[in-house]
Amino acid sequence: MVKRATALLLMVALGLLFATIAFDHRPDTELNRTALYYAENTAKDIGAQNIVTAIVVTYRGLDTLGEVTVLFLTAAIVGLILAAGRPGERGSFPPSGELLHTGSRLLAPLILLAGVYVFVNGHLTPGGGFQGGAILASAALLLLLTDPLHRFGNRLIRLVESLSGVAYVVAGLFGLVLAGGFLDNRFLPLGEFGALFSAGGIPVIYTLIGLKVGAEFASMLSSLSRTEKH
Amino acid sequence: MSDLTLWMSALLAAAMLVSAVLSIVTARLPLAILSAGAVSLFASILFMLLGAPDVAMTEAAIGSGLTTFLFFFVLGRVGGNRHG
Amino acid sequence: MITISLFTGFLLVLAGLYGALTNRNILRMIVSFTIADAGVNLVLIAVGAMPGRKAPILDAAVPVAEAARRIIDPLPQALVLTAIVIGLGVTALMLAYAYRLHASRGSLDISKFTELKW
Repeated sequence: MVKRATALLLMVALGLLFATIAFDHRPDTELNRTALYYAENTAKDIGAQNIVTAIVVTYRGLDTLGEVTVLFLTAAIVGLILAAGRPGERGSFPPSGELLHTGSRLLAPLILLAGVYVFVNGHLTPGGGFQGGAILASAALLLLLTDPLHRFGNRLIRLVESLSGVAYVVAGLFGLVLAGGFLDNRFLPLGEFGALFSAGGIPVIYTLIGLKVGAEFASMLSSLSRTEKH
Repeated sequence: MSDLTLWMSALLAAAMLVSAVLSIVTARLPLAILSAGAVSLFASILFMLLGAPDVAMTEAAIGSGLTTFLFFFVLGRVGGNRHG
Repeated sequence: MITISLFTGFLLVLAGLYGALTNRNILRMIVSFTIADAGVNLVLIAVGAMPGRKAPILDAAVPVAEAARRIIDPLPQALVLTAIVIGLGVTALMLAYAYRLHASRGSLDISKFTELKW
């Protein structure tokens, strides 16, 4: 049990390090300069009520583009790893039953609607593309669980994934041409503060991010579920 | 910061720590996965109390929902019971 | 509340790392990593939080003119939002590799994989 003792020793050392940080921590009472800039200028420059959304989509928009790219790479690698050695034909599953079928057909559109609501309102209320995309993927997961053999539109997922990715970059280029820089949201009018169609391009860009993230997660789930059954 | 939120956060913190320890020491893999999902779920309530509703939504949808499902997908394929 | 969250986050990181170091089943190591992940996110949010302030959303509760005195620092929240999403990507990647290892070797016990030992 030398290994366990070493691990414990490492934990004690790390714990001491963490303890000095935690005991020394005093919460700030004033915003620092970056946060102060965001607090004072978001409403005027970006027109979004939710400052976190303004940061994610516009102030640090390039980071989000990189994040979506990382997510795309992950989905592609997961698909690639799991595709190797997949059997061509699978055994048949027992049917999942009338109740489950009808229930999932009824629920899936409602879940999709909830996801779309979350990312369309991302600039007004908590929520946005990533949360809404996860909700979209959970609708795909429901369909996948009730009917594993029905390969619900893999082509559709791929189409949504690539189209929304391209459209995201094109929206960024619109900002470069019509407004201040790449991914600037002011290529559309800012509108009235607090309305649904406001904050310039943020609803458009966040909708594209939501579709893209939802398609990535759904393709990850479907490539995991298409591996063979023991 | 009122007394109620203080007690709630203490209770949530205790629940998170218990779930985490349970997830690490238990011999049954499905229980470990579910406890890790519970840690994420309690964390999302704590994010809400700390004034971060965006993060709370993300953690609830992604950290505790989709991650748990991914684990169970893989667990169903590899049959984790044989390895303890 | 902030202090409690900070300590809980650090303890979760420690517990997750300990589990990842001592468990031998690869799936259990990945579960431990997700716990450490949640702990790191909790620490970041707790460091950014400020007592007596509201979430960074400029609705009826927080008028624009008073925003600088009423809201929490939004930057750590945007950071953690990114970290959670990427965390799921990392977990999915680890799980896919674990599945392939199991498919090719029939085991998830890390002590059975001896090629990388020295």
